Amino acid sequence: MITLTLKEAPSVPLEADMLSPDAIAPLTIEEIRALPVYLGKRQRRVDDFFTVEGEPGDELEIRGDARRVKWIGRGMTRGRIRILGNAGMHLGGSMKGGSIDVSGDAGDWLGAEMSGGFVHVHGNAGGQVGAAYRGSLSGMTDGTILIDGSAGLEVGMRMKRGTIAVGGLVRDFAGLQMKGGTIILRSGAELRTGAWMNRGTIVSLQPIPLLPTFAYAATYNPAFLRLYAKHLATLGIDLPCDEGEGAYQRYTGDAAVPGKGEILVWRPRAS
Amino acid sequence: MLRIAGGNVYDPANGVDGVVKDICIADGRIAPDAALAAGVRTIDATGMVVLPGGVDVHTHVAGGALNFARGLVPENQRVARKFLHGVDRRAGLGGMTPTTFATGYLYAGMGWTTVNEAAVPILSARHTHEELHDIPIVDKTSLVLMANNEFVLDLLEAGELERAKHVVAWLVWAAKAYGVKAVNPGGVEAWKWGKNANTLHAPIEGYRKVTPAQIIESLASIVDDLRLPHPVHLHCNNLGVPGNFATTIETMNMLQGRRAHLAHLQFHAYGGDDWSTMRSESVKVAEAFSANKTLTTDAGAVLFGDAVTITADGPWQHLLHQLTGRKWGNLDVENETGCGIVPYVYKERNLVNAVQWAVGLELLLLIDDPWRIFLTTDHPNGGCFWRYPEIIHLLMNAEFRREQVSQLPEKARQRIVLADLDREYTLSEIAIITSAGPARSLGLSQKGHLGVGADADVTIYPAKPDHGFLFSYPRYVIKGGAIVVEEGDVREVTSGKEFIVHPACDEQIEEYIRPLFEKAYTISFANYPVEMERLRHPQIQDCR
Repeated sequence: MITLTLKEAPSVPLEADMLSPDAIAPLTIEEIRALPVYLGKRQRRVDDFFTVEGEPGDELEIRGDARRVKWIGRGMTRGRIRILGNAGMHLGGSMKGGSIDVSGDAGDWLGAEMSGGFVHVHGNAGGQVGAAYRGSLSGMTDGTILIDGSAGLEVGMRMKRGTIAVGGLVRDFAGLQMKGGTIILRSGAELRTGAWMNRGTIVSLQPIPLLPTFAYAATYNPAFLRLYAKHLATLGIDLPCDEGEGAYQRYTGDAAVPGKGEILVWRPRAS
Repeated sequence: MLRIAGGNVYDPANGVDGVVKDICIADGRIAPDAALAAGVRTIDATGMVVLPGGVDVHTHVAGGALNFARGLVPENQRVARKFLHGVDRRAGLGGMTPTTFATGYLYAGMGWTTVNEAAVPILSARHTHEELHDIPIVDKTSLVLMANNEFVLDLLEAGELERAKHVVAWLVWAAKAYGVKAVNPGGVEAWKWGKNANTLHAPIEGYRKVTPAQIIESLASIVDDLRLPHPVHLHCNNLGVPGNFATTIETMNMLQGRRAHLAHLQFHAYGGDDWSTMRSESVKVAEAFSANKTLTTDAGAVLFGDAVTITADGPWQHLLHQLTGRKWGNLDVENETGCGIVPYVYKERNLVNAVQWAVGLELLLLIDDPWRIFLTTDHPNGGCFWRYPEIIHLLMNAEFRREQVSQLPEKARQRIVLADLDREYTLSEIAIITSAGPARSLGLSQKGHLGVGADADVTIYPAKPDHGFLFSYPRYVIKGGAIVVEEGDVREVTSGKEFIVHPACDEQIEEYIRPLFEKAYTISFANYPVEMERLRHPQIQDCR
């Protein structure tokens, strides 16, 4: 495992897309130290900012407050990145496989346009989680993003497949223009959830404000959700789906598009 | 001074077809042998092929619409080829809608040395000229949009053709343009009422008398009367619509005897009644075109893959947006024209796209006279200009073409004739459709040939290309006597010229336009015409 310890937080964002298992695995420790990173428009070396130690391989550990270090794990296809601290924008952007674990917070565009792999943020995340970059037709097309804390705007914007589960409160426009996949909001979300969604499922375990273009359809416990809950249980996420505990109110929309998406809002049985 | 020694020279304008001879260059022009002193730099071109530099008769490389398109497709910029800045080079992006500097590097890198920006509203002419200046190496011309200009249409409604002529002349000079473009005559004006102009002889929306036919005929005669070097450059009505071949043929027959250039003919040669019955009508269109000897055209060929459609044809773009569900940009250009932008992907498995791909090639093969049809993709509408070598390869190799046809869906193959066409373009014919022909149509007598006195724009390919793709990699490109590309890399970045025309007009006409302008436009009249000082390397081309 290679360990990179941040010497001091950079004053402006540092672009470091070389910090991924794919780039590092075939290199010697000296070569890793010499990899290029960009501080603004200036090209610098990895060891200008990090103390690099350990044995090169598929695993990478980054220590320190890297909230200004962008593009970690960009396009990675394998291996593991562990971040003890915070990570900057675009963490795991376009990643295809492997896993990323962040003990602190992550910035905007976490796992944007990812097509596979697993990301777990123990703190909060920024906006545009698993989203499409500006102009693109679709966001994440597979993979899983778990966020224990809160998340920002446009979570899962234009996502096509895959799962995003957020423990804390999510800000406006979760599932904006969503085309498929699943977003689980354990603490609900602010405004305009599911705006312009075409397909896909948003599950909220708390009541949320709904757009007028979502129509109430039924109260039930969807069969697929039981299956899904079993899968999520392996990731440590508990999704209620027992008839005895309550049921989901299903809203379809967004009729403004018009779309065939659904928002499932959990209603516990009145005791 | 420079000597290109021992190459196989293809110079169809001067009847030179693969003859081994030296080309001498002095002061940026082709010179007689005797003009060169002994010991000048010599390029040994033995075994290589020497052609006049390419001329693009119809492309969209600068101005408001293109810039809007660049902004509309950030997803394309992310995957575009990157040009890093160097000592003498500016940074830029290639891709579907290349940035200005990259446009120059890409055209020159392919051996093209003159380009015609085919759609400029007067209102964004200043912007267009600023961008044209930033396109290095190649020479430029531009055409100003006129067929939906309300000053002109109002005069046609009133039957004042003579005054309309002076207004057109004033507007051409105001835009510092080279010629006149007509896009969907009357249709873009009707679009402002939410309508289109689908038939040639019905009055257009908002007018009682003026018809598309009248606009086309009037502009064709005005351009002839003004003796502009390039005839009216016409984007016919009903672009892209199944069954539009009838409109196209009617337009050609109507123009009988008059000069005109029909832009991107591929988009105007479809049969059928709707998208599911759409088929190629290239045979009928080619026949009608060949019979009308005063017309020229360009292919507007389509290649499979990503494209961005950009046109002044606002109503068509709205339809395309509705068909594809892709994002749509619409620009209102006050009283002059419109503009729409929709990103698009041409797919081999799509029936309509497969027919479009075939029609472009069919027209290039069916129209026998290479002096009248030129190679374009209506960049970036049918595909990017830097993909021209792919089309050249398809034209030069019937076997390869059939192989490609065989991969199309069965349903599409029944609606095209491409598989039956055996013609293979010769190198000389390629030189005509890519250089000599378009230069002649544009009235640029100093371009498209290697005779003494011509601008020294020369492209040298490494070997006799039996493979069209070789056209992507010229060994040398010489522009105005300077070696600008060597081994596929830009060596010297020069500034291209801008050709403009100054047609004669009644000086009083400005006083006629001014009050109308001040009543209707949002900017002040003094800011309307582009000042001569705005052009960095202008060259006024004589009216014929």
